Amino acid sequence: MRITLTINNLKRDVEIAPGEVLYDVLKKCGISSVKKGCGTANCGVCTVLLNGRPIPSCSYLAVRADGHCITTIEGVEEEADNIGSLMNEEGAVQCGFCTPGFLLTAIAMKRELNNPTEEEIKSYLLGNLCRCSGYEGQMRAVKRYMEVSQ
Amino acid sequence: MKEVNKSIPKKEGMGLSFGRPAYTDDLAPQNSLIVKVLRSPYAFARIKSIDTELAEKLTGVKCVLTYKNVPRNIVTRAGQGYPEPSPHDKFILDEYVRYIGDEVAAVAAEDEAAAEEALKLIHVEYEVLQPVLDFEEAVDHPSVIHPEKEAHEMFPIGYQPARNIAAEYNMSFGDMEETIKGCKYVTSEIYYTQAQNHTAMETHSCFSYIDLHGRLTIVSSTQTPFHVRRIVAEALGISIDSIRVIKPRIGGGYGGKQALHGEFITSLVALRTGRPAKLIYSREDVFEASYCRHAMKIQVTLGADEAGNIKAIDMNILSNTGAYGEHALTVFMVAGSKTLPIYNKAEAVRFGGTVVYTNLTPAGAFRGYGAIQGNFALESTVDMLAEKIGMDPMEFRTKNMIREGESSPVFRIMGEGTEGVDMVMDSCKLDYCMRRGLELSNWHDKYPRMQLEANKVRGIGGAIAMQGSGIPAIDMAAAAIKLNDGGFFNLMIGATDIGTGSDTILAQIAAEELGVSTDKVVPYSSDTDLTPFDCGAYASSTTYVSGNAVRKAARKMRALIEEAAAEKLGLDAKAVVMDGELIRAKDCSCFITLADLSTKLYYSHRQNQLLSCESFSGEVSPPPFMAGFAEVEIDTETGNIDLLDYTAVVDCGVTINPNLALIQVEGGLVQGIGMALYEEVKHAENGKLLTNDFLKYHIPTRKEINKLTVEFAESYEPTGPHGAKSVGEIGIDTPPAAIANAIYNAIGVRFTKLPITPEDVLLALRKKGR
Amino acid sequence: MKIKEYVKPVSIEAANELCSKGAVVLGGGAFLNLGDKAIETAIDLCDLEMDFVVEDEKQVEIGAMATLRDIEKSAILQKNFCGILSKAAASIMGVQVRNIATIGGSVYGKYGFSDLLTVLLALDAEIELFNAGRMNLQSFLDREPEKDILLKIILKKNVSRASFTCMRKTETDFSVLNTAMAIVEGQLRLAVGARPGKARLAKGAMGYFSPADYSTKAAAALALLAAEELHFGSDIRASEEYRKELCKTMVKRCAMEVLA
Repeated sequence: MRITLTINNLKRDVEIAPGEVLYDVLKKCGISSVKKGCGTANCGVCTVLLNGRPIPSCSYLAVRADGHCITTIEGVEEEADNIGSLMNEEGAVQCGFCTPGFLLTAIAMKRELNNPTEEEIKSYLLGNLCRCSGYEGQMRAVKRYMEVSQ
Repeated sequence: MKEVNKSIPKKEGMGLSFGRPAYTDDLAPQNSLIVKVLRSPYAFARIKSIDTELAEKLTGVKCVLTYKNVPRNIVTRAGQGYPEPSPHDKFILDEYVRYIGDEVAAVAAEDEAAAEEALKLIHVEYEVLQPVLDFEEAVDHPSVIHPEKEAHEMFPIGYQPARNIAAEYNMSFGDMEETIKGCKYVTSEIYYTQAQNHTAMETHSCFSYIDLHGRLTIVSSTQTPFHVRRIVAEALGISIDSIRVIKPRIGGGYGGKQALHGEFITSLVALRTGRPAKLIYSREDVFEASYCRHAMKIQVTLGADEAGNIKAIDMNILSNTGAYGEHALTVFMVAGSKTLPIYNKAEAVRFGGTVVYTNLTPAGAFRGYGAIQGNFALESTVDMLAEKIGMDPMEFRTKNMIREGESSPVFRIMGEGTEGVDMVMDSCKLDYCMRRGLELSNWHDKYPRMQLEANKVRGIGGAIAMQGSGIPAIDMAAAAIKLNDGGFFNLMIGATDIGTGSDTILAQIAAEELGVSTDKVVPYSSDTDLTPFDCGAYASSTTYVSGNAVRKAARKMRALIEEAAAEKLGLDAKAVVMDGELIRAKDCSCFITLADLSTKLYYSHRQNQLLSCESFSGEVSPPPFMAGFAEVEIDTETGNIDLLDYTAVVDCGVTINPNLALIQVEGGLVQGIGMALYEEVKHAENGKLLTNDFLKYHIPTRKEINKLTVEFAESYEPTGPHGAKSVGEIGIDTPPAAIANAIYNAIGVRFTKLPITPEDVLLALRKKGR
Repeated sequence: MKIKEYVKPVSIEAANELCSKGAVVLGGGAFLNLGDKAIETAIDLCDLEMDFVVEDEKQVEIGAMATLRDIEKSAILQKNFCGILSKAAASIMGVQVRNIATIGGSVYGKYGFSDLLTVLLALDAEIELFNAGRMNLQSFLDREPEKDILLKIILKKNVSRASFTCMRKTETDFSVLNTAMAIVEGQLRLAVGARPGKARLAKGAMGYFSPADYSTKAAAALALLAAEELHFGSDIRASEEYRKELCKTMVKRCAMEVLA
């Protein structure tokens, strides 16, 4: 079946099978940043924004995104540069595999939450696992990110 | 120091943040064949018949591999030097399958759907055999897991496959029986540690293709590209000069990618079809069919005299290496070699044990590499003995632990698979780490416990640890530096950046030595054709071994530059010095900029490509040290364990990049905390791994981590590059013992099995009658 | 999950028509990749405006397609029922899953690990199915599986106090056990779920005393009764014994929060 996705502000017509998940379709569309860590919606590595909200693309039917807006890190380069620089300054971009999904969630968090506490930040980012960094470096960067904007 | 001991951001950090294509799957050619593997449903079986006719005929299927049509050369998949200390016990595909998940056959097809359909069309008849699932029953079990006559050791490691023994070793000095007899205080305990999984976020991935020259190129998520090249040559029976291995960016390793995974199969498919072929493991494949940590049973007996001096340490280990023997001997030996020297004044030390095969997921390298298992056992027992004596456990450690300028007989006796190397601790700030850690963690206010409300109690516990900096006389690294016009350098290194930032810190080391800024040094790494050799990212070798090679190469390049500049300036080589980005006469009478010199060297005057290449192999392996302190809060009505705080003070010499060193320690701590409290491994009765996805296998989320406090000791290792030691593994070692000790101090229950769960705590408390 | 055909019906009647012919209603999809299910026709109700959370003076209605995140953030649900439905939703996995998982999927699936079922049972929720009509949640949980479409959940505003607790091994895991307690029209209701079996009312314990009899001792006794009366089992997450012990504590704490 044919669907229309607006990916990073660009309208794309794609041919898909009904059972295809958004992750696979995004890869077919040449999006390199979206990664797959588990396929069971547990790790957050495949996070993309659907109409601005973080979702697990590995467990979301592509057909459900028909007519909607998908944002990957390629589509928010300015914000990615912003928080990415802070992350990189802290050394918190290690293997980098969880990073695009993590940055998208953090960007969505900044748009959604107003002056969150550290606990609220942890809750929002909970679904993004990281095995390299031990989380603390990410938190140092995110706290700066949330302040700098305010 | 200008470039070193500086938190320079990783060079590829922004590229990775923007999600630029960089990982194996990103780089695989569009027309790659998709490889899928048929995996054994039985823990131990022999393939009686295998019929692939229907699979081969399916549209889209280009290649089907079984043990009948692949080369039969026995190898080890372990990436760890040559000759390998691991037994050669693995065929590409074999008639026997030895664990649930073992490879039975492989299919390469145009797309995933066809490949999966083809797997279903392969008909296999198995002779199901009695599996060995309990590692305590493995020795002399009626089922012999490796009956093949080709299985062999590369040098004596105690290999007895007919008895399911993959390796054996023992050593001792002093008279254990007599010394123990003379000890006023003796304690003994048995511990069990689990087969932890690395859970790198990127699953094991690789692709192979035939290049324009007809050579096989393998792009793999690997920690050891050079070992991959050698072992693929051996397994496929092709010459090593026909293979190139490239490591792109990889999404985590921690030892899980220090052995081959899909490379044999993708390579065979590429060779046979002429098409590129890729194999991306699913998360389930990674859990069941890549590698895990060696589960161990460790018995420790410790004896001390009246005054509290540790006199005797006796450690015996049974280690479970699973279906294949990758890293069997060496992980087991490190459990002793990187723990026993901590208490270096013991008069009698004995270490020994057996590594056994079982019909379970193969165990392999995993950060800590035996040291974390050994540390859990030893440091728990140290606390127990301190209690018997009536001493504060940290005072007890301070009294007995190794200090700067000292040595231990264990260094000379125990290497990695072979004898070791005598070493004196030129840098050891354990005493500072201990003092500072006690201060930072508020030990004296908190030890041993604090009762809050009726059902909440807190406890604090600690542990000390050591690791290594590469394997002396075995690990070798090399670096080549090329000067370009415009005055910038290419740094070609075999060293494998697995996300740690080694490309960046090695560039920093080169820059420091050259006297230029780090952005003038462009690193390129881990390509067996284009970069010089490096053993790979393991044994905490990169900073120390690769770093020293880089330093040597940079020093050589400096000399070459000064020589060329002198020639241009009409001076003697000894009369000039490279000073930042210019080379001047020592008397400041004249100078030439590096940019100018390098451009002339390419285009206009006595043209010459300046290139330096140096190697380094350590004579010693100076250990990093650390002291770790855990504060826990136990809810005695639910058993819930909250890790309130973990404080760590680390001596890794000079930190080349303080931020990156910090993250290495924090990341290691969280993996150690995961092993201590959350990462349960469970099997079904038939040997199937039950905890095979993230729903059932729990790594710490960010909410499990309340507070980590990490500091570095001021330390300088004279044999290290700019005073550095390595830091990749040390962070993981202390949490299991520190946490077990803290829990004991809180509630008086000693846990000797990992992980320690709330259920364990509550049921133990109920038994105790609380 | 293999899906042969995907349909977005324009009306609930059309959806029901397809359902009666064997089509399967899609939930949030968080479990899309678990298991090897093959579905002929999948129906998506996303165009039927079933993701509402609305209230009037007497009750709150939640559409079956409301996501866990909708429930977590709903001002209506935060200020009613002591916020326990929002609190329970907020404790489930991460925002990514909560942005797609629906309350309908959780309820219709009658999952053992469901935290929301436990809360809804304690709150004496009613549900409305397209064919079978309105019934209370307990009846739905008890009846034989019968194909139908879940439309909405109805909660009467007759709850004066409520409390929810859960115990997880790591914060994104399923509950090892969960408990919810509420005072509904002056009567005590207590539900325990993830036993690992699905939520169940502890009727004997509930009948043990009235809210006026509260004391810490009574709370403990209530919890013991519930632990004796309910059935627990062992699974990969926990043993029967541990769940039973946990029940004694978690119910006591719920009671202390609700009745003190």
